[in-house]
Parts: sequence; C-alpha cells; structure tokens
Amino acid sequence: MSDLLSIDSVSKTFGGVHAVAGCSFAVAEGTITALIGPNGSGKTTLFNIITGYLKADAGHVTFAGRDVTGDDPGRLYRSGLSRTFQQARVFPQLSVLENLVVAAGRGWSQLFTKRVGGDDRRRASELLEEFRLAPVADLLAADLSYGQRKLLEFAAVLMSSPTLVLLDEPTAGVNPVMIETMERHIRQRNQAGITFLIVEHDMTFVMRLCDPVIVLDAGRQIFSGQPAQVQSNALVLDAYLGA
Amino acid sequence: MSRGSLVRGGLFVLVLATLPSFGLQHWFLNLMVFVLMFATMSSAWNLVGGFAGYPSLGHAAFFGIGAYSMALIFHGHVLSNGYEPFLLLPLIGLISAAVGFPIALIAMRTRADVFAIVTITFLFMVQTLAFNLRGWTGGSQGLSLPVAPFPAVSFEEPFYYTLVLLLCFTLLVTFGALRSKVGLSLVAVRADEDKARGIGVRVTGVKVLAFCVSVGITAMVGGVWAYYETFIYPQFAIDPLITIAVVLMTFLGGRATLWGPVLGAFVLEAGQQTLAYRLGGSQFYLIAYALVFLVIMLLLPRGVLPTLGDRLRQRRRARSVDSTSGGVTPMAAGAAEPPVALRRGASA
Repeated sequence: MSDLLSIDSVSKTFGGVHAVAGCSFAVAEGTITALIGPNGSGKTTLFNIITGYLKADAGHVTFAGRDVTGDDPGRLYRSGLSRTFQQARVFPQLSVLENLVVAAGRGWSQLFTKRVGGDDRRRASELLEEFRLAPVADLLAADLSYGQRKLLEFAAVLMSSPTLVLLDEPTAGVNPVMIETMERHIRQRNQAGITFLIVEHDMTFVMRLCDPVIVLDAGRQIFSGQPAQVQSNALVLDAYLGA
Repeated sequence: MSRGSLVRGGLFVLVLATLPSFGLQHWFLNLMVFVLMFATMSSAWNLVGGFAGYPSLGHAAFFGIGAYSMALIFHGHVLSNGYEPFLLLPLIGLISAAVGFPIALIAMRTRADVFAIVTITFLFMVQTLAFNLRGWTGGSQGLSLPVAPFPAVSFEEPFYYTLVLLLCFTLLVTFGALRSKVGLSLVAVRADEDKARGIGVRVTGVKVLAFCVSVGITAMVGGVWAYYETFIYPQFAIDPLITIAVVLMTFLGGRATLWGPVLGAFVLEAGQQTLAYRLGGSQFYLIAYALVFLVIMLLLPRGVLPTLGDRLRQRRRARSVDSTSGGVTPMAAGAAEPPVALRRGASA
C-alpha cells in the first residue's frame, strides 16, 4: 500500500512551547490510522497543520503525491482531504439538508445556481438515509442533539467524495449507542475506499477499529504499529503514565 | 415560501407605485423619499451586516462617494432633461463598487468589532478628504448641483419612483442571493467562517461580492440624495449617523431577513421624522426615538421578524408534537441521546 499522506519533520511553536517538534509519519492508503497521545502532545495542532488551518514553522506535508504544505483549507478539501472538529461544528442556522449541500465543495460557476437543486437533493438524500438523518432533514441544525450534530458533521464532509478523512475525537461527548453507530459508518466508508486518520481518547474504540496506531508525545512520534503492541510498549506507557 | 414572497413583494410594490396618485401632500412624499432611501440602504447593508455577518460602519462613506460623484458630474451643468442624473446612477454604483473592492479585500481580513473599527476609520478618512480636497469638493463650503427642472406640484415624484426602483432592485438582489448558493454560502460565513473555508465554501469571493454590491447600491442612494438636496456638505454627505441609522433599522426589523430592514426603515425613519416634526426644534425627539427602539428591542430582542418567526416556529412545532405524539421528533434518529437543549437561536 502506498502512502496517501505523509508528514515530514513538521514543527510548530507557540511562543516558547513546541507543540509539534519535528514530527514525521505516514498514513497508508485504505487504512484506519489512529493518532493518539496524552493531552498536549500536539495531535490537534498537527490536524490543523495537515488541513491548512495552521502554517507549519518547518517541514512538509504531502497528500496524494503532491506537496500541500501551506495550502488553503478549502483547496485541500476540494482535492479530497477533509476533516471534522473536536467540538462538532455545523451551521446552526441552516437546515440539516443545507448543511450537507453547502459542504459539496463546488466551483465558482455553481455559486449562482439554486440554493438546493435537484442534484444536491439526490446526492444529500443518500447520505441522509445512510446516517438516518432523513426524518430531520428539514430541521435547523440548531435543533439537533449533540450526537446528531457529530453525525451530521461527519456526513457533510463526505459530500465532497474525499479520499482521506481526519476525524478529531469522533466519540467525545456522545453516548455508547452513538459510538457504535459512528464506528459502523467509519468501517463502511473505509470498505468503500476512504482512508481515515482518527484522533481519539477512547482506547477501546481505537483498539477495535484502528490499525495502525501512531502515538505522539511532546510533539513527536514515539511509536507506530499494531494496536496490540501499543499497550505493551514501554515508551507509550511512560508517556501516558509518566512511569 | 416562494409564492408567499412573490405575493407580498407584488403587493408592496403595487402600494408604493400607486401611492403618489392619491394626491398626497408634499410633506408626506418628502417623508416617503427619506423612508425609501433608508429602506434601500438598510436592505443593502443587510447583505454584508446581516447575511455575511460583517458589521460595516463605513457605508456612509459610500453614500458620500455616490453623492459627491453625482455632484462632481453635474456641478455647474445646465440640465436639459431632469432625468439625466438618474440615468447615470448605475455608473455611479459600478464605480463605487469598484472602489469598494480593494477596501473589502483589506478590511474583510478582519472580523466583527475589528472590522467595524476598520470600516468606520475608512468613513472618517473619506470625510476628511471631502473637507480637505477643496479643489474638487469645495471643502466645508459644499458643492451645488443644478436644481431638478421638475414642476413644483410633483417635484418629489421622480425621486420617489427612482427610489422605489432602487429598493425593488435591492430586494430582488437579496431574494436572488437567498435562493441561490450565494445566500447559502453567506449564512455559512456568518455562522462559522473558518469551518466554511475548510469545507470549500468560496468565503472571500462571496463576502467581497456582497460588500461590493452593497456599497454600490448605497452609493446610488447617495447620488439620488445629492440631486434631491441640490447642495451637499461633507458633514452631511458622509455622516456617521447615516451608518448608525441604517444599522439600527436593520437590527430592529431583523437582520438577515428579506423584509426586516425595510420594516425597520419604515418604523424608525417615519417615527424619527414625525417625532422631530411634533416635538419641534428641541432635541427631545431623539429621546422618543431611542425609546421606540429600546421598547421594540426589549420585547423582540432579535428584531421584529426573526423573533416573531421563531415564536411562530416554536408554536407550530409544539402543535405538531401534540397532535402526533410518537411521531418523528428531532430525537428520533439520535436513538438514546439525552434531550439536551442545544438551541443556539439567540446567537443566530
């Protein structure tokens, strides 16, 4: 399997704090890769750098064979790299359906077309059915529960037919039933060809779903391997427990 | 929604178009000219301040640019035809939109309160220029325009109808934006610009477009105003109070709605002029004006139309839940999700 995403010696400093310090790793195509590490190890900062929300101080990000370091988030999204946020970010003033339509990543020419056209509706309705959001399609996103918002955010980033999806704590703040639902959707989409990179604190979720697992500590990769090996790795235990 | 909007719009235009034929007095038509000016400017401001969520305080600068453009073109000119200045309005709008383009590109790198400060700074810059470029603007001496050669008995009517057309144009632009992906993108920008950028929304494009269209329309109103007044001074042509009035009207009626700014302008401008007339030369009318605003905002905090719309929506939902207990509710797809109140309507 070739690498879909590779991070090469990426660094980012905030004031005197080295949030990411010369981090390098790769995400192979077709995998569900986990990115774990203690709080403050630089996971979300790295997500922000990969998706163009932050500029790295040094290093390179390569996506699908192209150097995308410093690219605009919108451009990256349109080229197939999308993400969700730790706190589900949907547009509360838009309906559930419109939240999907707005995320389709269109060109300039379509800006002056109908707000929700027939094509948009057809495309979105498949996702709405798949995520069981069809009954609430016309409600404002503001009226959804938090778990539903997480699902909606996930469904919305699939509108652009991405090849790589970065999920930032997909199970945080949602109930066990919703966690199972989320896991099922990730598996289905992975089988359909989407590669995932997931930041997650729920270790049972990671162990069930992800392979390989990359562990960060103090802005560096300290381990990469199968989930079973993570639990017995001395460096990882040291990072988590400070033993 | 579409049919309802068309019917409402048609009725509104019909009433406005036939109003002067009722032989109304000059003071009333004069009042209507100002109401229409503010309704058009508020609707135009709504594109940026309402839909895109960028609270520009610099719109009066473009009102002034429009007014001075008109004055500079026709100063010392003898009009052969009173409608000539009106025909140049689209050109004034286009020039002002072009002036607005680099301003938007620079100012819209900032957001919210910083954007408001940047734009109001631009307003004072333009006002200072108007005071000091005496060779062009006449400085504080002002600049005259030829008096419109319309008969005294119907002097206001050409201005009135031009403003009705401008207001219709602005409402059609707003309606078109709302029904297209431009409107969808603007709502996304207002709700969460960073997220919108990250999902491929043409963020810079739509907000700069909204700004240019908005200031172009504002400048056209400025042009009509200059021709109507026939003499303009920097402190009145580029007046922060114009911006503030437009913002208040939009907030009062309901920002990011089609009819809210129009409603706000009709209530506040008509109220202000009437109160100023009744309470005479004293400044007491300002207290009454503020009182009208405060009472409405206290009772309908998100503006008249959004608050009433919300209440109607809540009532409908409550009724539908009552009548179909066990039917589809927002929680149906969320399985065992707890019923957490997550409505963020108040910040919308």
